[in-house]
Amino acid sequence: MSVTELEFQAQSAAGPVQAIEGRSQWRLTWRRLLHDRMAIASGIVIVIVVGLALAAPLFARLTGHGPNQLFPNTGLSVNGIPVGPGHNFWLGTDEQGRDLFVRILYGARISLFVGVVTTAIATVAGVGIGLVAGYFGGWIDTVLARFIDAVLAFPYVVLALALAVVLGPSLPVVVGVIAFFSWAGISRIVRGQTLSIKEREYVESARSIGASPWRIMVIDILPNLLAPVLVLATLSIPTAIVFEATLSYLGLGIQPPTASWGNILAGAQNYYNVAWWYLIFPALALLITTLAFNLLGDGIRDAMDPRTERLFAADTARRRLRRSKPAKAGGAGTADVAGA
Amino acid sequence: MAFLTFLIRRLLLGIIVMWFVTVATFLLFFVAPQDPARLLAGKNPTPQTIAAINARLGLNQPLIVQYGHYVDRLVHGNLGTSFVNGSSVNTILKQDLPPTLSLLVGGVILWLIVGLGAGILSATRVRTLVDRTSTVGVLIGITFPTFVLGLLLQFAIFLPLNRSGFHWVQTGYEGPTTSIIGWAGHMILPWITIAAVSAATYTRLTRGSLLDTMGEDYIRTARSKGLTERRVLYRHAIRAALTPVVSQLGVDMGTLAGGAVVTEQVFGLGGIGQQSLTSITTGDTPVVLGIVLMAALFVVVANIVVDVLYSVLDPRVKLS
Amino acid sequence: MSLLEVRDLRVSFPTADGVVRAVRGVSFSVDAGRTIGIVGESGSGKTVLTQTLLGLTPGGEVSGSAVFDGTDLIGLPEEQLRRIRGAQIAVIFQDPLTSLHPLYRVGWQIAEMVRAHDKSVSKAAAAERAVELLARVGIPQPRQRARDYPHQFSGGMRQRAMIAMALSLEPKMIIADEPTTALDATVQAQILDLLLRLQQDSGTALIMITHDLGVVADIADDVMVMYAGRAAEMAAKRDIFYQPHHPYTKGLLESIPNSSAGAGRLRPITGQPPSLINVPPGCAFHPRCAYVMDKCLTDEPGLIPVAQDAYHRSACWLPVTAAGLSEQAEEARRRTVGEGRHEAAAKIAEAIAESPEAEGSVIA
Repeated sequence: MSVTELEFQAQSAAGPVQAIEGRSQWRLTWRRLLHDRMAIASGIVIVIVVGLALAAPLFARLTGHGPNQLFPNTGLSVNGIPVGPGHNFWLGTDEQGRDLFVRILYGARISLFVGVVTTAIATVAGVGIGLVAGYFGGWIDTVLARFIDAVLAFPYVVLALALAVVLGPSLPVVVGVIAFFSWAGISRIVRGQTLSIKEREYVESARSIGASPWRIMVIDILPNLLAPVLVLATLSIPTAIVFEATLSYLGLGIQPPTASWGNILAGAQNYYNVAWWYLIFPALALLITTLAFNLLGDGIRDAMDPRTERLFAADTARRRLRRSKPAKAGGAGTADVAGA
Repeated sequence: MAFLTFLIRRLLLGIIVMWFVTVATFLLFFVAPQDPARLLAGKNPTPQTIAAINARLGLNQPLIVQYGHYVDRLVHGNLGTSFVNGSSVNTILKQDLPPTLSLLVGGVILWLIVGLGAGILSATRVRTLVDRTSTVGVLIGITFPTFVLGLLLQFAIFLPLNRSGFHWVQTGYEGPTTSIIGWAGHMILPWITIAAVSAATYTRLTRGSLLDTMGEDYIRTARSKGLTERRVLYRHAIRAALTPVVSQLGVDMGTLAGGAVVTEQVFGLGGIGQQSLTSITTGDTPVVLGIVLMAALFVVVANIVVDVLYSVLDPRVKLS
Repeated sequence: MSLLEVRDLRVSFPTADGVVRAVRGVSFSVDAGRTIGIVGESGSGKTVLTQTLLGLTPGGEVSGSAVFDGTDLIGLPEEQLRRIRGAQIAVIFQDPLTSLHPLYRVGWQIAEMVRAHDKSVSKAAAAERAVELLARVGIPQPRQRARDYPHQFSGGMRQRAMIAMALSLEPKMIIADEPTTALDATVQAQILDLLLRLQQDSGTALIMITHDLGVVADIADDVMVMYAGRAAEMAAKRDIFYQPHHPYTKGLLESIPNSSAGAGRLRPITGQPPSLINVPPGCAFHPRCAYVMDKCLTDEPGLIPVAQDAYHRSACWLPVTAAGLSEQAEEARRRTVGEGRHEAAAKIAEAIAESPEAEGSVIA
């Protein structure tokens, strides 16, 4: 007997979940984000850090200590050891008698500047290249994709060192080097997303109408990329900050006397046995800032992708079910609920 | 037979890659604004001194010629001599390898135990306290800059221990041949430092991979067969979830063998990483070239091993 | 006494968007050696229903009872349930490529099943049995094929392997969840043939889940049509095909090309199945039903016996003598596919009022 299929008009039911009113995606994301206490806390911390960084000159004036000013008399003890936190120097001094608190604030300016600017450059470059590669396909894509892979595969530590040394360490070089190694990761993801968005119907129809590729890329594809790119960018900032701090620590980034958290810690390495504040406070500043950005990035990502929530709800419920007696009857109608 | 062709082809490719690397590095250093002769000459060098140094190092010859000499030596296994102290690059690298390898071995074992363990625990107890704790741990591990962790560990552990007379934990390096216990004491903090970031990454990787696997149809089949949950987890789920972890491990080990600059610098281990930093800063090109070449070799070998391993672990994958 | 007796089974899932009531009170029974076909479209709850029996639905809230061979499966502790899985009740899943473990050899997977409940069976003996089973399901060169991996099998062979696995412990009942959907037509027929033969040989009860009435016609003794988490109609196979009562069942039959019920153009059922989070009040099918009455909007019908044989039941308020609906009524119904439902009902009422044969069949 011939086996036949049932034909139904319109798409078959997508599953048990249907007829949910369409709400704006962004509003949903924003609402979920607002409920995420960790994300809110991180956001507040970031605002505070930015505020402090911007207010650095104010604090310099307030305490009467510039970031590069030496205070060998008041800032160093009789034996030439840095002075601890107190009235005069709120977080203590370093081995040259400079105000650690003010230096940390100025270091924040460097870190945030590097973090934001490199991320901005990397994002623009990454999105641009990824979009072009994903959209045009063909040999353009092959060449660009291989290039992206090569950059990602490279042992960036050695190359970063080499570039920094060869080009001479300075702020622009640091920004350039970090941006160079950051764009590839973003590019790869953008390319992947573009490839899948490209297949969707409205892009096909736009193309068939004869819209120019640039127009399609910007108007049709780009808006759909905003969400993942936002998460990537937020998570790239702390990576850039750590990268700069590491380079400066190794002596290949921001050069002293300009204060950077990295080079402050480099100095702290030789004095932490007598001056704990020299190590702890800059370390805390670095940790808190990067942690805040990471938590915020994670929060945004979770707010955009609630599917993971459902998986967990099911798992929690399952464990609850296993541990307890059979669940009470849900809905109208009783039945013999057998079992213990 | 297919395996041999695969191997030969990959090795040839690897050699080509390494060749490219030498050319790139060579060019990079010789177009650098730094002048090795000037660096070596010390303070207020006279032009004659500089010329003499240039002649000694062979830097006054055209680039192609220099490169030719280099390749010629290379083929005979000679990596050249250091600009800085005249010792053979081969010797320098041989001295620097043990600390790096020690760091690698101990670090890998540590981060595998922690990463896999925490990853599996989290995936099997989603959203419980265990999972939440490990998520926090992962976040901290990923965020923590390596050098900061190293410094903090020294401050918090090495310093107080030494002060109270307990001298097992030390900075610097001591080989296992001298004393295993001493070796461990020198390496324990570096191991923790280098393992921290990777442990976090591997926890996240394992957890994600295992969660994905647990949702697969064949896990449902395994349960429907009446297998114990334990067996489903270990024999079916973890086995499938581990493949991406293993390949990541191969890549990481290959990269790390080229030297962990930051950790070695913080603890003064004197390994390949620290050497590369010193050599780059002093413009000691032959040493840098030697290190870069060796690092590239490790990466190429690691990639080949990973590909082979992957095809062994997953029968669907064919060596191409 | 039936082998399996399910009473008022309800399963719901809490999700971020609300509670999904996947199964809303289903009762049926299966006798030893018999085959019941459960028919429905995606989302009707047929898969959730059967997987809940074995406790394979994580996160669901379950109520009701399912007594299998004297034991209620619902609420059974995990360890006891585990012992029933595979040994007493085995499952054949829809997609054998994803349902078999990709990294282990096929023979190994079957042998694992053999040893799952009885560790005293040696590995060698289990492997031997695996080869036997592969031969029994018609796989050529079973000894060599046992050493292959699933991706090296063809689709049909994979499903045979899954069947072999399901049979390995000679279970009392097999649940086959759309076993032929992923296969092409000729292979489908072979697999169904195989299932039928094996079932008759071993006397296993079979629950066959499908959305394909053709499969049901081939293999089932009894049929349960499911819609939106409940049974719409239950009858012996012959009655479903020749005396369908529920409009949904009729719609399914009419949308089969080449069937006599669907003479002329294909007549798909308008509309879509409802959301199982917000199930409409009254009969869940009423938004799509051409025969809808006022009562259907408010009262959800239970299974009401249709004929003298009390087994044939339909969850529909339409009178039993709907078989006596006149030609005009039928014509009116055909014309109104696509029109408003209340107008349709009105026209039907008109037609009936004008037709003396329809006396006795009252549509309120």
